[in-house]
Amino acid sequence: MNSSSYIAALEISGGAVLVFALLTLWRRDVKANVRMLRLQGVSLACVAGVLALHQHDLGLAVTAVLVLSVKGFVAPELLHRVVRRDPRSRETAPLVNVPASLVTAAALIVISYAVSTKIIALAPSPPTRLVPIGVATILVGYFMLVTRRRAVSQIIGLLLVDNGIALVTFLLTAGVPLIVELGASLDVLLVVVVLQVLLANMRERLGTTDLDQLRELRD
Amino acid sequence: MLVTLILLVPFVTGLLVFVLRWGPWIGRLMSASALAVLAMGITLSVTTSSHAPLTSLHGALRADALSSFMVVVIGVVSLLAALQTTRAMNHEILSGTTQRQASSYSVLFQVFVTCMLAAVLAANLGVMWIAVEATTISTTFLVNHRRSEKSFEAAWKYVILCSVGIALAFLGTVLIYFAALHAGNGSHSVATLDWTSLMKVAPRLDPGVVRLALAILVLGYGTKVGLAPMHSWLPDAHGQAPAPISALMSGVLLTVAFYALLRFKAIADIALGINFPRYLFIVVGLASLLVASAMLIAQRDYKRMLAYSSVEHMGLLTLGAAAGGPLAIAAVLLHVLGHGMTKSVLFLASGEIHHDEGTTAIAQVNSLIARRPMLGGIFGVAMLSLLGFPPFSLFVSELNMARAELDAGLWWVVLISLGCLGVIFASMASHARSMLLGPSAVPASNDAPRSVVVPLVGALLACAVIGVSSWPLLSLLHDAAKVLLP
Repeated sequence: MNSSSYIAALEISGGAVLVFALLTLWRRDVKANVRMLRLQGVSLACVAGVLALHQHDLGLAVTAVLVLSVKGFVAPELLHRVVRRDPRSRETAPLVNVPASLVTAAALIVISYAVSTKIIALAPSPPTRLVPIGVATILVGYFMLVTRRRAVSQIIGLLLVDNGIALVTFLLTAGVPLIVELGASLDVLLVVVVLQVLLANMRERLGTTDLDQLRELRD
Repeated sequence: MLVTLILLVPFVTGLLVFVLRWGPWIGRLMSASALAVLAMGITLSVTTSSHAPLTSLHGALRADALSSFMVVVIGVVSLLAALQTTRAMNHEILSGTTQRQASSYSVLFQVFVTCMLAAVLAANLGVMWIAVEATTISTTFLVNHRRSEKSFEAAWKYVILCSVGIALAFLGTVLIYFAALHAGNGSHSVATLDWTSLMKVAPRLDPGVVRLALAILVLGYGTKVGLAPMHSWLPDAHGQAPAPISALMSGVLLTVAFYALLRFKAIADIALGINFPRYLFIVVGLASLLVASAMLIAQRDYKRMLAYSSVEHMGLLTLGAAAGGPLAIAAVLLHVLGHGMTKSVLFLASGEIHHDEGTTAIAQVNSLIARRPMLGGIFGVAMLSLLGFPPFSLFVSELNMARAELDAGLWWVVLISLGCLGVIFASMASHARSMLLGPSAVPASNDAPRSVVVPLVGALLACAVIGVSSWPLLSLLHDAAKVLLP
């Protein structure tokens, strides 16, 4: 792969991760959000794949396959199963409405460029320059987590944060050691499973996954 | 070998429990496993304090004096929790949970303990992260043991907040790794996440990146430690979990996450100089003290009261770590042990009170000492220990932490924390007084059985002995503190 197409491929796949995060914020339909999450996982795997190709790094190629299967297929599939059983799969009343959310997201992107200057300064290279995109994905995920009231939306927010962190990891270090990456992916998967089971229990017992219903624990 | 065995014993016990299912003797099996961990932890401490660190599994596990000390703390608290498991589960079954839930409780208990041990014994900071994350996963269903609406809410908040926190901690770890990758002068050094090699390259790490990383790590692991303002999961989770789990979470899980922060602070101290880490720790430490004192004044639930007191003690530990230096770190570690034992005694006793009285409201419990002298007495004495009365070890460690802070010129920090401690003292003492004292119309009856009294009194006695003589810990503490100093 020559240098300019490498940079272009990196920028497109990295940019796609952020774009899908923004699309998740834009859509209130939870089913559509799960689709966005799946596409984001695939884009993330592309980033790892492009880096692996460029650096001829076998460990990173394994990581790319791992990311593709966990973040591109298994985790979204688990979420899809939760959503499919839920007839009212729309985020009815987020705490912040959609236009305001998108404006906030724009501000968050600006902030991520400011935060990342120190990181880029240490090792300016094409992947490092894309770090603000990863940071922005993390912040958008956070924003989603705190402003959405449906349980599934909160899981999606959590996974956005996680994908953003994975993107930063690839861009900065071309992947942490494989053993850590394996453990981290397994942990993410387990968290999703735990949340899914918790959610199924919740619906079975309480008949709702609207977190506004749960407000008993107060001081 | 010994190091691997420490992880294997609780893990294999967990497998056994999984195969054998819940039975009345499962609690004994779990206690035996915890006792074995404690014994091996003590052996490990003695070995590593006089000799070099032990490694195992091709260097994946590493036990220095600090991790051995943490193994001892985990051993003590998990022994106390395991000894009460049979009784606590019988209570839970009486109030409507199934045998099957008791089985999964005991399996998850063992997994939880194994993960904490793995976190303190991991040589690699990435592996440590995986183990800390795994503690969240294994405790979620323990928090949700009762499957009530409240416990769902607590478990949901717990897993979401802690997962986000721990995800941030991963980002911080990655940033440290990135700084290590570029620590050489242009040439790529061999970067690992191994703690000892990170300590070696620490002087050459880029300060800008390390500063960002440390802030993110404090935010991330701080969530798990329960430092304000990331503490909001803590009172809910500790209030809803069965008593032995509250004891384990409050007594050691918080401090295991704090141990992770100590390791990273040691790296940052070298890379940045002491000022930035110090003031960062002071900010979150004081915030935790302020939040705890505000929430304790009008607290109506005694389990939540104990949980907020954990926020307070984590704040004190953070301030002690901020002062830095051998005296402060030794005091911090002594405080970790003293708080672990005292708080687990209190949570286990409060589990008994909850079962007997059927409520966790402070207002509905009264004249406990007159009605149940042993149980009330244990709760009262443990409260005295928690509030920092001599001869208990928390008095010694708090005094030494304050002395270290004064030596570091942080008199204003001591002043503010003394103010908070005064408020906390007054409010907790008045809550405890209203629960414990007062005459009772009915004569004493239905007191805690010997199986409850003996371990809890034993733990309190141990706190008092350590407080009076510092024996046999003094040299161990200083060796453990040395690990964190350059």
